[in-house]
Amino acid sequence: MPSYDPNAMPLTALINLDKPLDYQGYVDAGGYQGARKAILEMQPSDVLDLVKDSGLKGRGGAGFPTGMKWSFVPMFADDDEHKPDNKYLVCNADEMEPGTFKDRYLLEGVPHQLVEAMIIAAYTINANKAYIFLRGEYFLCAKRLQAAIDQAYENGWLGSKIQGSNYHLDLYLHTSAGRYICGEETALINALEGKRANPRAKPPFPQVSGLFGKPTIVNNVETLSNLPHILKHGADWFKALSPDSDPGTKIYGASGRVKHTGLWEMPMGMTVREVLYGKAGGLQDGLKLRGFLPGGASTDFLTEQHLDVPMDYDNISKVGSRLGTAGIIVLDDQNCPVGMILNLLKFFAQESCGYCTPCRDGTPWVVEILTRIENGQGTIDDIDTLNKLCDFMWLGKTHCALAPGAVEPLRSGLKYFQDDFIQHIEQGCCPLKKDQIGVGFKDPNPMQESPQIYKGFEHE
Amino acid sequence: MTLASLKYQQIKAVNIDHRSYLSAEEISEIEHETTLLEYREAAGIEALKIVQKNRGWISDDSLYAIADLLQMPVSQLEGVATFYNLIYRQPVGTYVIHLCDSISCYLTGFESIADYLQQELGIGFGQTSADGLFTLLTNACLGGCDKAPVMMIGENHYQSLTTDSIKAILAELKAKANGSKEGEQ
Repeated sequence: MPSYDPNAMPLTALINLDKPLDYQGYVDAGGYQGARKAILEMQPSDVLDLVKDSGLKGRGGAGFPTGMKWSFVPMFADDDEHKPDNKYLVCNADEMEPGTFKDRYLLEGVPHQLVEAMIIAAYTINANKAYIFLRGEYFLCAKRLQAAIDQAYENGWLGSKIQGSNYHLDLYLHTSAGRYICGEETALINALEGKRANPRAKPPFPQVSGLFGKPTIVNNVETLSNLPHILKHGADWFKALSPDSDPGTKIYGASGRVKHTGLWEMPMGMTVREVLYGKAGGLQDGLKLRGFLPGGASTDFLTEQHLDVPMDYDNISKVGSRLGTAGIIVLDDQNCPVGMILNLLKFFAQESCGYCTPCRDGTPWVVEILTRIENGQGTIDDIDTLNKLCDFMWLGKTHCALAPGAVEPLRSGLKYFQDDFIQHIEQGCCPLKKDQIGVGFKDPNPMQESPQIYKGFEHE
Repeated sequence: MTLASLKYQQIKAVNIDHRSYLSAEEISEIEHETTLLEYREAAGIEALKIVQKNRGWISDDSLYAIADLLQMPVSQLEGVATFYNLIYRQPVGTYVIHLCDSISCYLTGFESIADYLQQELGIGFGQTSADGLFTLLTNACLGGCDKAPVMMIGENHYQSLTTDSIKAILAELKAKANGSKEGEQ
């Protein structure tokens, strides 16, 4: 186990979920020093170089280097005739990935940290307007963020002439109304523009033409939250947080039937075992580990053999999955893998925006087949069809990454839990629900939900 | 058949003047939202939420009135309204129960909670109880995975649900609704 300083938790050190720090409390705890340094002592290009140097990567799931993303924003001289009237910074707080709750923790616990971070990021790309795109269900976050924004305005951190400089920034909170696809950056931009939130084609990339057709940067809450600390302590400090892996810390989570569910900030590159057994205390008594999704619903399953894989972008990719949001979802031996994959796919089928055919038709098709298998009505051919669908919905064949995200748990599930699929088919029921045959399945009205499935075997 | 020979059904154009339909407070609240964005129609989702907050749901008339206020095609606003889980295009009960059905809740007992809620309320998902108090819906991940199963009613999230805790929550809400009815009389 690599050694690390258990106290080095920059992101979560100030979190208080019951009563977050108000402006004065946050300043007393060292807050707004990063933003002060950026705006009063540094040029935007200096901040950009610092963030590039720090090696910060996007924490929303894709892991794209933040500094590089920012550098795609065109910078204009003041007298340039092509200079757009505005650029935008948008914080993606539309956290809706099943099994992920880290952003909520940050927003409820230390809202000023995000406000400060957004000031730094907006200053770097020279944006004068910024939006926080918050999911509609997070009412408490909305209340606390709005209070933090108001206090930042009162104390000269937002509005015109921030802290006596020439820089001005307006920050607004937008609350969405609940749709997973809004977390996709171009869909988020459409949603902010008041349009139906279908993802856009890329290019043009938002960094060049995004919100209202202007250069726009969209960053995740956790990514942005690192900025005040990078500004305050420097790039070397940030890299030293996790010497053997991607720079910085990561907020890991665990949910499912483990002893202690929760979130823990630790250096990047902790092994799965350290999170799942070191922090979450392993599975609840009497349960065994079957597998887990390392970073939310749209990542590939991993199993016991991967417990010692370090959780960072590269190492998790090497074993065929993705770090995603690092919210580990644990499958125990008393839950059915087919049922779990069915639940995941139902989510993706429901949240598909319906724009492209592979996703709109493919995800419900998978749900139909999996429902059949889970209810003991599947055939061996169904597994072939599922494998074909994994191919039909893969990257490059869809408009955005939602359908490929749905494929990830499906294809890896087919690989690791193949025996379970075959048992369902051969035994004509879910092995875990064998005792309940005759008692009836949980679904009270299966006919109403998917009539087309049942037509087929009425005649049998 | 040529295109011209097709008989089109005449669709009645509906125009609802927002000034006669929306309240002054609603209009000023929506107007405030439009100032935060670059053009008026961008405030569509905010407008829908403001009207829904006052009226419980978005009727066709509300939709026409908002489209009129924001000077946008009603079809575009309908596209937005039907896109989101939290905009209700049908009447709902006093309390809308959003039960999370995503993976962490599924793994920790969603099914038994869902069964219990349906039994207790006597309705299925997507339905409203006969007394008009409760509408039961599922919701994608509510972000309470560490304290699953969870549900959301109004602005409150209820976590670590058990059948006992649900019983208490429902009883409390019923008492609250009955109390406010008596208060009105």
